[in-house]
Amino acid sequence: MLEIRNLHARVEGKEILKGVDLTVNAGEIHAIMGPNGSGKSTLAGVLAGRELYEVTDGEVIYKGRNLLDLSPEERACEGVFLAFQYPIEIPGVSNTYFLKAALNAVRKYRGLAELDAVDFLALVKEKMQLVEMKHELLNRPVNEGFSGGEKKRNEILQMAVLNPTLGILDETDSGLDIDALRIVANGVNKLRSTENATVVVTHYQRLLNYIIPDFVHVLVDGRIVKSGDKDLAFHLEEHGYDWARELHDPAEQEA
Amino acid sequence: MSTNAQDLEKLTSGDYKYGFVTDIEADTVPKGLNEAVIRMISQKKNEPEWMTEWRLKAFRMWRKMEEPHWAHVDFPPIDYQDISYYSAPKMKDGPKSLDEVDPELLATYEKLGIPLKEQELLAGVAVDAVFDSVSVATTFKEKLHEMGIIFCSFSEAVQDHPDLVKKYLGSVVPATDNFFAALNSAVFTDGSFVYIPQGVRCPMELSTYFRINSLGTGQFERTLIVAEEGAYVSYLEGCTAPIRDENQLHAAVVELVALDNAEIKYSTVQNWYPGDKDGKGGIYNFVTKRGKCAGVNSKISWTQVETGSAITWKYPSCILAGDNSVGEFYSVAVTNNRQQADTGTKMIHIGKNTRSTIVSKGISAGYSQNTYRGLVKIGKNADGARNFSQCDSMLMGDKCGAHTFPYIENHNSTAQMEHEATTSKIGEDQIFYCNQRGISTEDAVNMIVNGFCKEVFRELPMEFAVEAQKLLGISLEGSVG
Repeated sequence: MLEIRNLHARVEGKEILKGVDLTVNAGEIHAIMGPNGSGKSTLAGVLAGRELYEVTDGEVIYKGRNLLDLSPEERACEGVFLAFQYPIEIPGVSNTYFLKAALNAVRKYRGLAELDAVDFLALVKEKMQLVEMKHELLNRPVNEGFSGGEKKRNEILQMAVLNPTLGILDETDSGLDIDALRIVANGVNKLRSTENATVVVTHYQRLLNYIIPDFVHVLVDGRIVKSGDKDLAFHLEEHGYDWARELHDPAEQEA
Repeated sequence: MSTNAQDLEKLTSGDYKYGFVTDIEADTVPKGLNEAVIRMISQKKNEPEWMTEWRLKAFRMWRKMEEPHWAHVDFPPIDYQDISYYSAPKMKDGPKSLDEVDPELLATYEKLGIPLKEQELLAGVAVDAVFDSVSVATTFKEKLHEMGIIFCSFSEAVQDHPDLVKKYLGSVVPATDNFFAALNSAVFTDGSFVYIPQGVRCPMELSTYFRINSLGTGQFERTLIVAEEGAYVSYLEGCTAPIRDENQLHAAVVELVALDNAEIKYSTVQNWYPGDKDGKGGIYNFVTKRGKCAGVNSKISWTQVETGSAITWKYPSCILAGDNSVGEFYSVAVTNNRQQADTGTKMIHIGKNTRSTIVSKGISAGYSQNTYRGLVKIGKNADGARNFSQCDSMLMGDKCGAHTFPYIENHNSTAQMEHEATTSKIGEDQIFYCNQRGISTEDAVNMIVNGFCKEVFRELPMEFAVEAQKLLGISLEGSVG
């Protein structure tokens, strides 16, 4: 579904990604772990099409197409969803209105009829149960005055409604207490199917107790230095990222 | 420049969609302004002597006045002798019904999306359409007439209701109030007159569409609305104008009078031609709008959505004379390209326990300058007066300006005043967030700006709110970037 080859990207002239390779197949959950500044969020941002990031080399093939050729909204309509680390507030625009506009934009792109208000609300109510979200949040402006936990749940609600093929969770666990973490993780797990894939970007192993990854990749200094199964996450938790940094030395990697 | 920024620029540099010129023979007086011209205007309109004298008095005062330059706007000197002060579509006799109206004129309104007939049938809106300066169609007049409501062109009012006009004309905005009001008083050609008798609640939104057409013709509209004791009226004013090469002067005067327990709601959607991307052409809009809450418990509410004009100089104000009277001002002002707007309100608290609310939303894009200028004045006898002001500015791009000048004059220690102000930039991260959910940049900008203006839009009558959002959408291509 997703194939990243030798991806290089920079921010304001500074190279952050220095040759990332990653293959994600339908039905899989991949975790990308790494220390601060290793390029995790940059990778998520590049996949979603954030302009801040300039791709200097490599390619990203998504469902057989060059993802980097698509605009951010085309990527979204093609099923790429980014759950933001810091969800954005849009004052005066109700959550429902925003969600309906998004869903109908995506449906229109896919040649489906737009949902009317009744069908839309029925869908949203069903999906809200996934993330145990309070109904009143629907009528509030997008993310404005939401608690940290509410914002993250709102991201997963949007993901549930838009039903993406590739979900990218950027540090979704940051700022969540243990209960919220469980609720958010449950939501993600329930959305899992053989048709879609999820890339979980995280700093801590903690989230991976709830969302069990098929693969864990360690990103250090813009490269994936080690890949493994979920046990790799525990190993990292125990030994810290310094251990991974040593792997980064190319000579050692080959040895 | 990033793609988002380019998209924004593309969106905001859209051409004015309502630019077209209707080819109708117009009856125009020669350029220039002197007593003879004023007499000619007055004569063309068959005005009584007192009206002519009133105009001449205003003209004599105007000649001694100086064009004001305190506003944060910049424009080349206006040659008042190079303007034609009267233009009317040629018609032998006034039309008795819409069928008699020049089909081309009606087609013009169709293009603007104002199908008179449909409105008459479906929307329940009585339209007093002003084309250039003379009213060409007035609908629903009979129904209103049954209730004792007068809704007619100003010229008709001078003929048919001289006592009311004499009593209230200039009672809120004196002929000598300011330079532009004095000019208007001397040369005003037409406008609307509304009178709601005691205890009557006007059953429909009254609406007028103004439109500037003839080349080089100044527009000097005069509107007077009087609500007697316990009366209520909601009045809508909306306008668009065709593309022009030279600047056109528009200096309207609007006066509102609310007596005891009366309420007037005045809503405006203003979309005069703003000039092209380089600021060429476009309307100069120097308007004096003022309402007087003369009676106890009276209320006047101004709601405006300003997207057009090259220059806007406009401060719809309330004189809160009656005890417990209420004044409100809700405004959205959008400027783009080279537009300049200096707009706001004055709330003059005179009576006891008077209350006022000001909500102003300014959106600047392109190279435009958008200024809020407001005065809250509490008189020494205005015990228990309260004001709440909120002024929010949104900037799009980094070449425009937003300015806020709130003035407060308080002469009473029991007054309570609150002022809140914010300035924000439309965020690329907000747009990206919408993009990432599948929403195009154009729709995203639309959504974000409409959200920003929500508190004002909800004050507009329903059908007008929809129109305003659409207009913002069009102007967003042309105004928020």
